[in-house]
Amino acid sequence: MGTMRGQVAVVGVGETAYYKRGQSPDAEMKLALKAIIEACKDAGISPKEIDGFASYSNDRNDPSALASALGCKELRFSNMQWGGGGGGGSAAISNAAAAIHAGVADTIVVFRALAQGQFGRFGQGSRSNHVSGAGAYTTPYGLMSPAQSFAMKVVRFMHDHGVRQEALRSISLASYHHAQNNPRAVMHGRPLDEEKYDSSRWIVEPFHLFDCCLENDGAAAMVLVSAERAKDFPRKPAYILGAVGGSHYRAGASSHNTPDYATSTFKSLAPHLYDMAQLKPTDVNVLQSYENFTGGVLMSIVEHGFCEPDACNEFFVKERFFAGEGDLPLNTSGGNLAECYMHGLGLNIEAVRQIRGESSNPVPDVDVSMCISGPMVTPVSSSIFGSEATL
Amino acid sequence: MSDYYLNEGLAQPIPTDLDKPFWEGLDNDQLWLQRCNDCGGWQWGPEWICHHCHSENVTFERVEAKGKIYSFERVWHPVHPALVEQGPYIVVLVEVPHAGNVRLVGNLVGDPEQDVVIDSKVTAVFEHHADFTLLQWQVG
Repeated sequence: MGTMRGQVAVVGVGETAYYKRGQSPDAEMKLALKAIIEACKDAGISPKEIDGFASYSNDRNDPSALASALGCKELRFSNMQWGGGGGGGSAAISNAAAAIHAGVADTIVVFRALAQGQFGRFGQGSRSNHVSGAGAYTTPYGLMSPAQSFAMKVVRFMHDHGVRQEALRSISLASYHHAQNNPRAVMHGRPLDEEKYDSSRWIVEPFHLFDCCLENDGAAAMVLVSAERAKDFPRKPAYILGAVGGSHYRAGASSHNTPDYATSTFKSLAPHLYDMAQLKPTDVNVLQSYENFTGGVLMSIVEHGFCEPDACNEFFVKERFFAGEGDLPLNTSGGNLAECYMHGLGLNIEAVRQIRGESSNPVPDVDVSMCISGPMVTPVSSSIFGSEATL
Repeated sequence: MSDYYLNEGLAQPIPTDLDKPFWEGLDNDQLWLQRCNDCGGWQWGPEWICHHCHSENVTFERVEAKGKIYSFERVWHPVHPALVEQGPYIVVLVEVPHAGNVRLVGNLVGDPEQDVVIDSKVTAVFEHHADFTLLQWQVG
């Protein structure tokens, strides 16, 4: 059976302006449409040529409505990756690429739109007066936000492997460092140093304020076509060498009962990514790793084979992660911590930009660009993009 | 000041057909967890079938209300109006070795700024509210 390695490429990317949560002047669907139109403009096609849509995390913008609003000639693929919050980003790309490779559709847009002013916020607990089922085993104990849901995994991992707070801090410093060169970044002009991090308030130990992602309004989109067609598009294609989504045994067991607990959920999945891409960690030139919280990045990097779990304190130093300086440039747009929290699709777009040489923190000569989506949830996903030289 | 670990006003747990014996047990200062009658396997939260052998013959069994701390977190930032005046509080994940190592979430009573040591032994504290009971834990 043929693998989809190198069979599909990203030929256009688009984003709206990024806003602090609740401050978008546009409704969420309008944000989605604007990002899709931008991605099509970048690809040099009319939005009417789109014949498929893929998204994740229960995005509220139904492909039938989008296709109608854009005047798409026909709809052939209408896809939602179940579950996983931001863990679905690379999986939506995987779904779209698989569909194109299989001939189900020809021109698919992967998108995500968020307007948390129009709808609810992520970082708050539910205001419901009653709770039943799995939520009843956690909510009454004050465990209800994403930060609270994931901190205990990180505490256990840090305990098992003697990881110090400074390892988490280096991840945050790298994102803020890169955001200072990225005019789109919400934290552009607001640098972070060790002292500011250390003195910032706790959200939930071991997460300081700067270990936690932003909450933003905006939208992001990318256009995928077959590798065969990609050659005729104006922009340098970013070929999808691998894209996978999933999770380990009983990752979804309720109320913190997954047997393998202190994990980013990538242990079973990452080997499939490398198998599909026919690559190994040392082949990766630049990495975008979804920061819901820095502890998730730490475990993601370990579980994708860049670092041994017991070597985190030595490995996680900020200089390693700086573009143009370190051997593993990380979150080169500023990522979810300092560019924008677009549920991670901005990270996939940044991975494409690095292939094109268009990042605001360009890494020289990128052929292999990886993106890890939404650690610690289930399912999670990750993707590897390659230049033509990797085919 | 309330007698409860956390200020009142968080969502009230409502039992379902699946977990009623658990909540009734807490009301009577007892811990009842789900176990398979066919293969003897444990699971938490409760499920419709046994994930080990797929039997529908699952039931609840009383277990000694003790365990050890598998992980924990100290929360500082309130994400619910009821917790705005709370200050820090500790959530613990307690493993129950004599019930297949299932884990239960609760609060660790006592000083919210106490040092918490993973693998410490803990004993249940049944926190009775007007219409329900929460399962809290204390070291020892």
